[in-house]
Amino acid sequence: MTLSIAGVATRPKTATPVQTRKFTLPLRWISPVALVLLWQLASSTGVLSPDKLASPLTVAQSAGELIADGQLVEAFAVSITRVFFGFLIGGFAGVVLGLVSGLSRWGETLLDPPVQMLRTLPHLGLIPLFILWFGIGEEPKLALVAAGVAFPLYLNLHAGIRQTDPGLVEAARVLGYSRIERVVHVVLPSAVPQTLVGLRIAFGTAWLSLIVAEQINADAGLGFLINNAREFLRTDVVVVGLVVYALLGLTTDALVRLLERRILRWQKR
Amino acid sequence: MAKAVSVRGLTKAFGARTVLDGIDLEVEPGEFVALLGRSGCGKSTLLRILAGLDRDVEGEAEVPGTVSIAFQQPRLLPWRKVWRNISLGLHRPDGRAIALKALEEVRLTDHADAWPLTLSGGEAQRVSLARALVREPDVLLLDEPFGALDALTRLAMHHLVEDLWIRHKPAVLLVTHDVDEALLLADRILVLDEGRIVATHHVDLPRPRRRASVVEQRTRVLADLGVDVEEAA
Ligand SMILES: Nc1ncnc2c1ncn2[C@@H]1O[C@H](COP(=O)(O)OP(=O)(O)O)[C@@H](O)[C@H]1O
Ligand SMILES: [Mg+2]
Repeated sequence: MTLSIAGVATRPKTATPVQTRKFTLPLRWISPVALVLLWQLASSTGVLSPDKLASPLTVAQSAGELIADGQLVEAFAVSITRVFFGFLIGGFAGVVLGLVSGLSRWGETLLDPPVQMLRTLPHLGLIPLFILWFGIGEEPKLALVAAGVAFPLYLNLHAGIRQTDPGLVEAARVLGYSRIERVVHVVLPSAVPQTLVGLRIAFGTAWLSLIVAEQINADAGLGFLINNAREFLRTDVVVVGLVVYALLGLTTDALVRLLERRILRWQKR
Repeated sequence: MAKAVSVRGLTKAFGARTVLDGIDLEVEPGEFVALLGRSGCGKSTLLRILAGLDRDVEGEAEVPGTVSIAFQQPRLLPWRKVWRNISLGLHRPDGRAIALKALEEVRLTDHADAWPLTLSGGEAQRVSLARALVREPDVLLLDEPFGALDALTRLAMHHLVEDLWIRHKPAVLLVTHDVDEALLLADRILVLDEGRIVATHHVDLPRPRRRASVVEQRTRVLADLGVDVEEAA
């Protein structure tokens, strides 16, 4: 699952040779397909009641209907917008704070201790406070996503900058780089791989934060769609919502991986 | 004529440990000096001070001209192409042309657009040399630049360095613990031990030098390093 926090830090495995790929890819699909068939069988025979979990066919059918009548697209747009702005705010905060504390001694002295203390706090636990501060409209949802994004970005950017090889900085000094050139050509590029790891984690927590935030009094969005469906025992719609969440997570993960491959071209493969 | 390097009473301590203990050293412009000594005797520390990387010292260390350096590890920026590694920091608009010319001197023109991590150890070290020389330094500091290379590549590098030195004539301070290397390349050999210069050898052999021609003097230098060759053999 791409939405878990812990599981996102893994780097893509080295490409498997084409021949084994041809062979293993269908094999890997045997058990998932079997599971879906089993699920369908359980539903058709009445072992699995539609009140607990709708059958795959019903889910697919509902997905079609929800797309056709525009409900899914609208909910999707609302949720995406929340993540987008939450990510923008949290990303900006995480990057600015990470840069200041990574690049300046005073910045680190003043910023790093409180951030390191706050990071131990599970940010989803902040919901009650955010509701008190921001009410139950869009703001607490954006704030939750922003908090989920800011921390992993800050931590990884800061760590990446700190990990810069002092030997490279030293060489750059003797070779006549200005201070700005040292930052631009030595320190920041060497922080990029770690920052990209932070970016992937940030996307993971962003979706997680969204799902949780949309449980608070949402009147639009995927969370609303799911909660509404629950009240009418529409497990098919709930599953459709969950699948969309998962697809969103997968998509951003793939995007970051693509970005990694482009930016980290210099790494030995 | 002003000295390329002049050091008087240079003392450096890390905490209670004195690493350089009253060093006096003068290097003429264009002179090739080798600094020999066991590992840990303070060679890199001296070079770092001359490069301006460590100013927390007692005594005087003056290097009036421009300084450039190459280390044992090439220390190239892996995320910049080879030619950019050479031209960065030069602040010249024709950086690429200059870099290509420098790469030609170390016979690596083909690798101008390669990523540094794709180079072999010897190639990376040649880029590092080109990067140091392209700055047309008055003083070139070389901190065991061949230490991590295999024997064959090292031989080729000796010729290359001598070639480049003859062409550009910077004063060179080469740190090494390879006596033969020092004898093949240097006008003068300084032996450093426990933070002091304990011996100086002038090498007046004609260039290009061959291994056989340095054998006799080798014994005397080794004796200063505390190695008795007769006994060892
Ligand atoms: N930054 C430092 N802090 C403390 N001790 C150091 C530092 N740099 C070097 N030293 C010590 O100084 C001594 C000389 O080091 P160095 O000049 O690197 O020796 P070498 O002759 O092998 O190049 C060593 O004992 C080393 O441990
Ligand atoms: Mg050393």
